[in-house]
Amino acid sequence: MSVVIQADQLTSVRAGRTLFAQLSLQLNAGHILHIEGPNGAGKSTLLRIIAGLLRPQEGQVRLFGQPQRDDPELWQRQTLFIGHKPAVKAELTALENLHFQAQLDGAGAIDPWQLLETVGLLGLEDIPAQQLSAGQQRRIALARLWYSPATLWILDEPFTALDTRGIDMLHQRFAEHLERGGALLLTSHQPLTWSGERLQKLRIEPQDEEFVDELS
Amino acid sequence: MWKWLHPYAKGEATYRLLGAWLPWLAGSALVTLTVGLVWGMLFAPSDYQQGDSYRIIFIHVPSAMFSMGAYTAMAITALIALVWQIRTAEWAIAAIAPVGAVLTFIALFTGAVWGKPMWGTWWEWDARLTSQLILLFLYIGVLALYYAFTDARTGAKAASVLALVGVVNVPIIHFSVYWWNSLHQGATITKFEKPSMAPEMLIPLLISILGFALLTGALVCQRLRNEILKQEIHRPWVHAQLGVAEQER
Amino acid sequence: MSLVETNSRCSNQASTFALLRVIMRRDLAVTLRRRSDVINPLLFVVIVVTLFPLAVGPGPDILARIATGVIWVAALLSALLGSERLFRDDYLDGSLEQMTLLPVPLAVLALGKILVHWLLSGLPLVILAPLCALLLKLPFEAWGVLMLTLLLGTPMLSAMTAIGAALTVSLGRGGALLSLLLLPLFIPLLIFAAAAVESTLVGTSALGQVLLLAGLMVLTLTLAPLAVAAAIRVSVN
Repeated sequence: MSVVIQADQLTSVRAGRTLFAQLSLQLNAGHILHIEGPNGAGKSTLLRIIAGLLRPQEGQVRLFGQPQRDDPELWQRQTLFIGHKPAVKAELTALENLHFQAQLDGAGAIDPWQLLETVGLLGLEDIPAQQLSAGQQRRIALARLWYSPATLWILDEPFTALDTRGIDMLHQRFAEHLERGGALLLTSHQPLTWSGERLQKLRIEPQDEEFVDELS
Repeated sequence: MWKWLHPYAKGEATYRLLGAWLPWLAGSALVTLTVGLVWGMLFAPSDYQQGDSYRIIFIHVPSAMFSMGAYTAMAITALIALVWQIRTAEWAIAAIAPVGAVLTFIALFTGAVWGKPMWGTWWEWDARLTSQLILLFLYIGVLALYYAFTDARTGAKAASVLALVGVVNVPIIHFSVYWWNSLHQGATITKFEKPSMAPEMLIPLLISILGFALLTGALVCQRLRNEILKQEIHRPWVHAQLGVAEQER
Repeated sequence: MSLVETNSRCSNQASTFALLRVIMRRDLAVTLRRRSDVINPLLFVVIVVTLFPLAVGPGPDILARIATGVIWVAALLSALLGSERLFRDDYLDGSLEQMTLLPVPLAVLALGKILVHWLLSGLPLVILAPLCALLLKLPFEAWGVLMLTLLLGTPMLSAMTAIGAALTVSLGRGGALLSLLLLPLFIPLLIFAAAAVESTLVGTSALGQVLLLAGLMVLTLTLAPLAVAAAIRVSVN
């Protein structure tokens, strides 16, 4: 089983507070890694570090064995990061959003209408996104999953604001992705309705100040 | 373990290094400034045209020189901070900027005071004064940006980018202001066009310049030490440092 | 089927420009939906220009003398007016962090944003300039040079504004701070542009000043995208 992402000894200090220290993880193709932990434990920070948006204070992340600094382009093409913010333009319609996003992702050949139907937004295509509900906006953001060629998906709370049908739809898509040899790294406060050995869990606990003091 | 400690040890090492330099810098600054200013103010001969009012150059010239110098130094540390992500360099921006701003203000103030007997007005749109005024704005901009963020690191990085943008612009601004000045005013007295300065005036001036350089260095040194303490307040070595200081008292 | 193989890297300049075009088209589409953001700064310029004759009297001597200065200062202030919006929405909705993840240099995308901003703020100002010149009784022979200075100068305004906007985007309200950061940097532009029109008015050639402005514009458009990219990276953290 090939290793997709591997993080060694990551330490992150934000605003003078140690979020996590010497955290290591490994994710193989065809697997899901579910990051758990209370609010403020650093789950989003961890995902942002792995996506390459943040640098850890210590440690490094490898994608297919390559450190990020060696080959940033590999990361940009092989990872897909969808964060809290949906990156949906409020002024543009659902259709335009899908169209531009697909082009930015290098998938200009995708039919945006098809995509619209897939994520269940058909009929809402000419309404500006700001008039759509939070769940509908999230569907626009998540539509990228249906064409993205990236191997590693990094999703921060993907189920937020989705209804049960949306959640089912997403689960189904995750299954297809894993089937194709993709890997999935996500945070979620909702329990994953996922069974089997494909699911791994990693729990982050808030660090105490004591950790710093121990060193002296 | 050492690797993990390394970035934090830097602050401590720098703090101690600066602590070792500080007495020498401060001591020599005190000596050279006393010699330079007392000589300049009391013993150097009067100017045959300007009388005693020229004596303000012993403060004006060094502060104007190092107001520019401090900006360049700040931009260099900003570059280091951005390229190598060195936190001490980020803090150095906060240490240098206020010193530079105060030097700029002193240069402006003494320039205005000098302007009164020379031009008969406190403020003249003289090229030198105008570009000092703009430099003051640039300093204030960097400081305002540095302290605008709740996260100190973001503020330091944003201020670094601005300092670099500023340093590219400073020569352009300088040139444009001089050019503008030459366009609009032909008859202003240019201050330093005297072909040569008598050695009795030049030597105390040079000593004052050296004194200001040392003073600037000492102030930046102390400010950087304070900044390191402030930023690393949660680190054990700071507790130890402050604990020792309390016992000594 | 391995995903790695099917997605072999195909990075080249063509894809960089393709992405640049997409970003620019999206930006244009978004900004054109918010027409008031485009029109208000222009109205601001016209109103400021209208205020001056009321303040200093309508005599052609004084108006013609201050016309260039007034138009240019109004242009600088109007550039600040809309600047906060330049990256604000992108930052809030997450598009900005997605931009940093695209497989093209961020500076190229920053240049795209600058160009779109100029198209919708600088270029209309150039077109509006004759009206302002008319209101301020600027002699007709200087109109061309005034428009030329605006044509060369407004891209610089957009570029500098983008630096300031990218630096302050993560601060909720950056308005006053932004003017503090940017206005000193606009000074050379103001000086050379005003001098170019001035020299036309006194009957000498403005070529020197215009060339200086052109040089500054090239320099600014080369370096500013790098600064904007660095500032964006600072802000999305």
